[in-house]
Amino acid sequence: MTTDVNAPHVLEVEDLRTVFHTPRGDVHAVDGVSFSLAAGETLGLVGESGSGKSVLGRTVMGLVASGPRTTVTGRVRIGGRDVHALKPAERRRLWGPEVAMVFQDPMTSLNPVKRVGTHLTETLRRHLGCSRTEATERAVDLLRQVGIPEPARRMGQYPHELSGGMRQRVVIAIALACDPRLLIADEPTTALDVTVQKQILDLLASLVAERTMAMVLVSHDLGAVAGRTDRVQVMYAGRTVESGPTRPVFDVPAHPYTDALLASIPRLDNPPHTLLRTIEGNPPDMARPPAGCRFGPRCAFVTDQCREAQPEAAVVPGGRAVACHHPLSRSILEGAGDGR
Amino acid sequence: MARRFLLPLLELVAVLFLVSIGVFLLLSLVPGDPAIAVLGEGRTPQEYDALRAQLGLDDPLLTRYGDWLGGVLHGDLGTSLVPPQTDVLDRIARAFPVSLELAVVGLVMALVIALPLAMWSAYHQGGRADRAISAITFGLLSMPSFLIGIVLIAVLVNTLGWFPRNEWVRPGESLTGNLSHAFLPALTIALMEAAMFTRILRNDLVTTLHEDFILAARARGMSPLRIMVSDALRPSSFSLVTVLGLSIGRLVGSTVIVEYLFALPGMGKLVIDAANQGNYPVVQGAVLVIAGVYVGSNALIDRTYGLLDPRTRRAHA
Repeated sequence: MTTDVNAPHVLEVEDLRTVFHTPRGDVHAVDGVSFSLAAGETLGLVGESGSGKSVLGRTVMGLVASGPRTTVTGRVRIGGRDVHALKPAERRRLWGPEVAMVFQDPMTSLNPVKRVGTHLTETLRRHLGCSRTEATERAVDLLRQVGIPEPARRMGQYPHELSGGMRQRVVIAIALACDPRLLIADEPTTALDVTVQKQILDLLASLVAERTMAMVLVSHDLGAVAGRTDRVQVMYAGRTVESGPTRPVFDVPAHPYTDALLASIPRLDNPPHTLLRTIEGNPPDMARPPAGCRFGPRCAFVTDQCREAQPEAAVVPGGRAVACHHPLSRSILEGAGDGR
Repeated sequence: MARRFLLPLLELVAVLFLVSIGVFLLLSLVPGDPAIAVLGEGRTPQEYDALRAQLGLDDPLLTRYGDWLGGVLHGDLGTSLVPPQTDVLDRIARAFPVSLELAVVGLVMALVIALPLAMWSAYHQGGRADRAISAITFGLLSMPSFLIGIVLIAVLVNTLGWFPRNEWVRPGESLTGNLSHAFLPALTIALMEAAMFTRILRNDLVTTLHEDFILAARARGMSPLRIMVSDALRPSSFSLVTVLGLSIGRLVGSTVIVEYLFALPGMGKLVIDAANQGNYPVVQGAVLVIAGVYVGSNALIDRTYGLLDPRTRRAHA
């Protein structure tokens, strides 16, 4: 893997917590998450809907920040700067040149009454101070880089005149406009046709590699994350349940939740008529999380210990960490130091 | 091309035709004898009868309508029954610019007030400013418009003496004189309309601000003001534009109270006075013109939807 301990981290997240104050009570959407990312490194953030991964992505960027109905604690450093300690105007200066986001649904994340080109040129002019003609040239070039045919003509079109895949390419071009060091892709292929999904993921992977950008790929699609990320972080109910290099984690999952997620993917090498395993129940109501391990109520291996104490993340060899009282593959835990 | 321009034009003619029939029928039901209105009281029945015959009031309704319509088609709206017995068209030509000026200046002022208020309110949704603006606009809307006018006159004219009191000045005579006369009545109208516009636009803005493309614009580092003006305003302005179109038509014909209050010789005053006197040619002509403005302004508004939203534009091969 490309992790270099000495490389300065593009992104450092320390014990990040996002709490939404709702009439139903406090919702702990992100509940103590830590990780870091070096230049050129990609991290997959996986979990079911409602596991807090999108909120995590937005909190990392600072789009979700402390306010009347939200409290963010912990620390996010992008390029060494504490995102949540910055004034709003200073934070906006990061959005584009330092960190950018690719959104889930290209049908709704482009302004329907704004030309494709305007989305790009206004971003370029805001951050890089380009002249009108310079911004137009760069915008055309960006559209070409994301594989849009006839980029000059597309500039004058409106989003509804483009297909879903083309629109997501535009969204990617916008995110890349100011050469960010960190790209957060929030379910970038969920709203797209299956045939287009792979194209978009490959495009993202190649663009990230070209520019040695760091990327956080948020997805509930384990297949999307599997081949295209260096490390993976499995989220459940606002917490990290398992993390580590993508390949080993997916080959030999240690957390029952990771295992269950992997077992629920249809595979070509399954014999015909194999019943797909599903995870019973739904993620917990985050205004009233269960006591002890949050996955406990849905876990096949639940014990009294799980119902009482919340498991802390135990660091295991190979850069992996698991938050479980009864990890599945004991072999990988050898030398973990807690004797289990 | 024919479809885009001819159809609305046909629609306009059809609506005007229906309106003219409606007005004609309604006026025939209204009590009051034009003959008395013209000659005054205390004449002999023969004199009244003679005048009625002369005016064609004894003819069947359909004949009278036919005669009137024939005149209209030749650009002749008839003659006022009540002295001064001038051409109806001349009367309208004098009153219409007053009402139009009032409506246009009032609406422009209303927009100048409403746009920033609505944006401020929507941006601080649920906050103190939003609640205050909501309360004030609601208060204004539940107040009769003449009350605002009376307050404005009492304070700005009588106490402070900032605005003149005398007769209406036409723009041809003195532009500054005209504007200083038009300001207060226009403001009276503007405050009411602004209250409505603010509420409508604020609600649509709040909806738009929850859209993904607003979050995406924030993520590009755009400032809140820029997002408001460049991203949120246009997709939020459909209801506002619709209401604006209706307001133009409504204000041209029905600012009677404001016109009376400020002694303005506008269309509202013209229609009411004429209706009270049974001066039906004036009422008919004026209503026809008001209906024309109404239909015309709404046809214009229909055209602007395409400008506001490219998705509604028809593809032309």
